[in-house]
Amino acid sequence: MTQAGRSLKWLPLLVFAGLAVLLAAGVWLSRRADRDALPSPLLGKHAPEFSLPTLHEPGRLVSLADLKGAPFVLNVWGSWCPSCREEHAVITRFAETKRVRVIGYNWKDEHADALRWLEQLGNPYWVVLVDSDSRYALDWGIYGAPETFLVDGNGMVRWKHVGALSDRIVDHELLPALARAEHAR
Amino acid sequence: MRACLMSLLLLFATAAAFAQVSDPAPLRFANTTEEQRFHALVTELRCVMCQNQSLADSNAQIAHDLRREVLTLMRQGKTDAEIQDYLVARYGEFVLYKPRIEATTWLLWFGPALLLLAGGFLVARVVRRHGGPAALPVDDTQEW
Repeated sequence: MTQAGRSLKWLPLLVFAGLAVLLAAGVWLSRRADRDALPSPLLGKHAPEFSLPTLHEPGRLVSLADLKGAPFVLNVWGSWCPSCREEHAVITRFAETKRVRVIGYNWKDEHADALRWLEQLGNPYWVVLVDSDSRYALDWGIYGAPETFLVDGNGMVRWKHVGALSDRIVDHELLPALARAEHAR
Repeated sequence: MRACLMSLLLLFATAAAFAQVSDPAPLRFANTTEEQRFHALVTELRCVMCQNQSLADSNAQIAHDLRREVLTLMRQGKTDAEIQDYLVARYGEFVLYKPRIEATTWLLWFGPALLLLAGGFLVARVVRRHGGPAALPVDDTQEW
């Protein structure tokens, strides 16, 4: 057998090895628990403008300009959302550190239900904005609750998490992102 | 008979289930042109929540909202491309079933052609090596 013929003999094995590596890489890349979460195109961009009433004083409107000047965390929730209930303890622990303003974004909710929810579980939020008919949610690219955004003092979106927060995510992702956002200013 | 009745019951049960998840406030179209354009557009857009369905097929709440938004934008006189840009700016490239040709999607678009070329090259090499005039010995004893 010629030199070339011998190398061809190994060809199927090489192809198999190549495929195995490709599939293993696919499994490795999809190991993240939140692999279904879409990367937000808003990251690094200016947060969308909005003007929304607050839950506790429906006559008072809050806009992005009112919140600028210091970073804030925007947490999307609804009393209809089971994962938000799970997340509530985590967000409360985080808000109680007073590290940054945590703003609630009450999405597609009934006013009375939202108030009752906060009465029962406690209100960790600095202020709760109400978007009951989803007027600005599309601009934020919100597609489910809970979702959490970090916006810096200049109004730039620095970080986003889709799904319930955990202490681990707060410590390993949110806090470092916050430190970077503050450092960059 | 009993089995027949049972399957009939099951059929009704599924029909009832479908009825439950129907659109709470169906969209109304001004004319068939608008309806056709709308359907062509939403079947090319992916639902962000239930990621293996198109915006047209999905019954997720967010899909209702996005369909409504698409129709609103159409009525504002936006072109199909502008509507797609609007959604991509908010939800990312993911919403397009046909990704655009960009530096990050070159491999996706041209990878199959590259593989085909590589395969063709390989086949050509093998054929050339084993081929040639004396490749198949003529076997006169063979009876067909």
